[in-house]
Amino acid sequence: MLLIDCPFCGERNETEYVYGGPVSVDRPDPTAVNDDEWIDYLTMVPNPVGPTHERWWHAKGCGDWFTLWRDTATHDIVKGLDK
Amino acid sequence: MSNRLATGGRIDRTRPLTFTFNGTRFTGFEGDTHASALLASGVTLTARGFKYHRPRGIVSAGVEEPSSLVELMGDDASGNNAITTVQLSHGLVAKSVNCWPSPQFDLGALNQLISRLIPAGFYYKTFKWPSWHFFEPTIRRAAGLANAPASAPSTGHFETRNAHVDILVAGAGPAGLAAALVAGRSGARVILADEATEAGGSILNRNLEIDGKPALEWVTKIVAELADMPNVIHLQSSTVWAYREHNLLCINERSPNHKTVLERNWRVRAKRVIIATGAIERALVFSNNDRPGTMLASAIQTYVNRYAVLPGKLVVLFTNNDSAYSVAADILAAGGQVKAIVDSRNSVSQLVLDRASGVEVISGHVVSDVAGRSRVKSVTVTSRDGGSERSIDCDLLGYSGGWNPTVHLFSQSRGTLKFDATLATFLPEKAAQACICAGASSGEMTLSDALQDGLIKAAEAVKSVGFKAKALQDLAVQNSSYTVTPLWRVESSAKGKAFLDFQNDVTVSDVQLAMREGYSNVEHVKRYTTGGMGIDQGKTGNINIIGTVAMEQNVILADVGTTTFRSPYTPVSFGAINGLREGSVILPYRHTPITKWNHENGGFMYESGARWRRPGYFPREGESFQDSVNRECLTVRNDVGCYDGSPLGKFELKGPNVGEFLDLIYTNIMSNLVPGKGRYGMMLTDDGLILDDGVALRLDEHRWLISTSTGHVDAIHQHMEKVLQFDQPHWNVMITNVTSQWNNVTICGPNARKILEKFVTNIDLSPDAFPFMEFRDGTFADMPARIVRVSFTGELSFEVNVAPRHLRNLWDKVMAAGASFNIAPIGSEANHVLRVEKGFLSLGHEVDGTVDAYDLGLSWIMSKKKSDYIGKRSVDLRRAGNKVRRELVGLLSDDPNCQIPEGAPLTPSGKKQATEGLVTACVWSVVNNRWIALALLENGHARRGEAAHVRLQNSVIPAQITAPVFYDPDGKILRS
Repeated sequence: MLLIDCPFCGERNETEYVYGGPVSVDRPDPTAVNDDEWIDYLTMVPNPVGPTHERWWHAKGCGDWFTLWRDTATHDIVKGLDK
Repeated sequence: MSNRLATGGRIDRTRPLTFTFNGTRFTGFEGDTHASALLASGVTLTARGFKYHRPRGIVSAGVEEPSSLVELMGDDASGNNAITTVQLSHGLVAKSVNCWPSPQFDLGALNQLISRLIPAGFYYKTFKWPSWHFFEPTIRRAAGLANAPASAPSTGHFETRNAHVDILVAGAGPAGLAAALVAGRSGARVILADEATEAGGSILNRNLEIDGKPALEWVTKIVAELADMPNVIHLQSSTVWAYREHNLLCINERSPNHKTVLERNWRVRAKRVIIATGAIERALVFSNNDRPGTMLASAIQTYVNRYAVLPGKLVVLFTNNDSAYSVAADILAAGGQVKAIVDSRNSVSQLVLDRASGVEVISGHVVSDVAGRSRVKSVTVTSRDGGSERSIDCDLLGYSGGWNPTVHLFSQSRGTLKFDATLATFLPEKAAQACICAGASSGEMTLSDALQDGLIKAAEAVKSVGFKAKALQDLAVQNSSYTVTPLWRVESSAKGKAFLDFQNDVTVSDVQLAMREGYSNVEHVKRYTTGGMGIDQGKTGNINIIGTVAMEQNVILADVGTTTFRSPYTPVSFGAINGLREGSVILPYRHTPITKWNHENGGFMYESGARWRRPGYFPREGESFQDSVNRECLTVRNDVGCYDGSPLGKFELKGPNVGEFLDLIYTNIMSNLVPGKGRYGMMLTDDGLILDDGVALRLDEHRWLISTSTGHVDAIHQHMEKVLQFDQPHWNVMITNVTSQWNNVTICGPNARKILEKFVTNIDLSPDAFPFMEFRDGTFADMPARIVRVSFTGELSFEVNVAPRHLRNLWDKVMAAGASFNIAPIGSEANHVLRVEKGFLSLGHEVDGTVDAYDLGLSWIMSKKKSDYIGKRSVDLRRAGNKVRRELVGLLSDDPNCQIPEGAPLTPSGKKQATEGLVTACVWSVVNNRWIALALLENGHARRGEAAHVRLQNSVIPAQITAPVFYDPDGKILRS
């Protein structure tokens, strides 16, 4: 069970959170992209082995959405890579 | 008790216990295990092997037992316990698993006659025709273990507990005790957990000295000091069984000192972990190495020292390392006779030989075979080069292949292992989490080294968590040594089976077979042969499998590697993992203040999404299910009905940007809604699928109340917060979930207004003043209420919203006033019928994850004015291909009394071919006096008036395609 550091609440158990997928590109203007680009935005998500930037929602706590870097091979939460 | 020694042991001879094993009564003492008590009574044959049903005995004295499993009966019922781990209790009833009628005479032994046909993996190649399932039940019965207990324990319960500590020490042997002492004295918060009934580890099993006195005295002193420290929790009979992410470990406390708690599972978050789990002796591999009366050499030592049992009078020891010599010394001291120590090494140091002076040592030789079936009678000793051969009579053979550090927890934490050639074993190499191994688990194999290592590693750990370690005085411990020369298996001309894994009957030839078949990776060998997959998880034999693989491939063990170590380290009961989390504790139902009324008035309750308990229908005396539903529908259509609509999801949104936000998440425009009015809206996901639908009310310029379906509340909340916080952080919108804060009674039917008129004085209820899709704030019988004209049933309908503390009063008043109008409460079944009559869509029925609003006939809800909203782009993209769409239609079976099963497929002309649609709902409509149905059908909109066919397995139902509405198609009634 991961121990995740919420920016407001501090270190809490993984069970208090909902995983929100990897951080991807910002939602593009749907009127300004072609079909292939739109489908790519919806379906192509980063999936690296190693530190991955991802979103978590503190659903059973403060309700804040935040990002962190987690190594998908070791589960280590790599601090300090957020800009 | 023929094998019990007159004195000694950690047993309490003042407390004899009787127990039953396979129907025979025996006596033991408090402190015995099931195994030690049987050995004391002279029992050697205790089990039968899994596949070949060969006679088996007790191989170890601990959790590594690969051979004898017992099923416990009675109130302590549990299956598949290693016989060496069962603490003896008075009245214990146990029986061997996997043999019938007894280990002495087992019909399963017939398997041995066909043993050549059933090597490892035989089921991949044989018993295939006509079908594996023909043979499977018989084969499974022939190779089964114990059943699960039929019921839970009659008294007591299980518990879980969470804890945070600075230092967790796993193992209370010499290294663990030393480490816990250092950590405890520094003031850090410590948990010390050990799987045995008392602390001491290997000290309990041997004759060791610390500071010139029996080492057990040192153990007692340390345990007492730890007990006095308020910052230390010391748990015995507690196995650290799992090492998870971020230093989360699980401990199974099997004998909590408590009247009613049976077992407890701890989930501990530790800043640092010290793994002091010791080492486990490994077996040697030779022909017939599984005969009863053969066991690990250290097990003999443990039975002698700890349980005062000498399992045999004429002992031969077979070894490749130094530790067997102190075993010989202890056997001699107990009055046994050691006929020989067969040492596979060519030379043994004098220091080691001196430990067992007087015993014949046959170096450069191996035990190549064992004679005797239900008990060992003699062993064949041959020289390494195969030259000389002799037979030695004995009734007990102890073997030692060396020692494996218990690296399971370290490996579970993803620490890496490295093969060490000197110790001929895998040692911890690099930790992946904040832990360190100490003592024998780290390769420090002697008492002095283990103690020293515990002190050093604890000092490091203490410092790393911010405490100061105080220096400890040195302990004087006798020098000893441990050297080993690996012997992965004995190669000889003997023809008997040589077992690598006793529990799953895996032999050397099975591993060779696997490799011939091409399964050369150690993970494949494990799975093909099932070696190491038993309850013991190959604790005594896995390294011999790895050694055999290495020998076959002519590589070093480091290149073969180990298989992945997984939790649990030893079996854990599901009860402990669960604790109190079952049934209504983990999945509580959600109720409204009307629940009690529903129960008192015969409501038949369903779970209707998100754990809400709601009435399905209210059966009256003599009514069938259909009678009740029909009556409730008629009451709503002709008189007035009411229901508790409280579980509906509700969110209040506040802020200057709510309008824009709702325009983004709904398909239609919300921002131009006038305060006091409501609007039905639909939400999509960004890939164009329908997420939810509901009515939004505008309370004032910057305040809204939106409703969502009961089962989607959390999903919508997550969706809205994500959009706001990630995509639109510049918008000022605050969202509050008010699902439980607003309860309502919905009054529906032609007489609904008449009921309101009795209680509502400050709102003009006339149709012109209070039209459909609007709301008013006022009072209902002196209770503050928000009344919304929204209709799920298609009738004149008022949703009276109040605070939860008023709901019961509101309900009672409505029911009392409604009596003169023939009011009845209606359940979800009647609601469903009324909605189908109106063609109102229902998530999960018509909205099945493939249709869009256009298919459902709701194209008006997809705004053409907005350039973007969530889902728009994807819906357009999906429709751009001009593929055939399934569209919502009504379906009337040609025979009005013919019910069409919900979910039934529609095929062209009813032929047996690919479907062109399916029936999403079918109900008996009282107002139409016939069955009506809704369906999704290809090109449905264009086919109204045509025929369609429902294709069942052996019949066809012809029907007419209609508009998907069967009552008040223009909506005049609900706007009245």
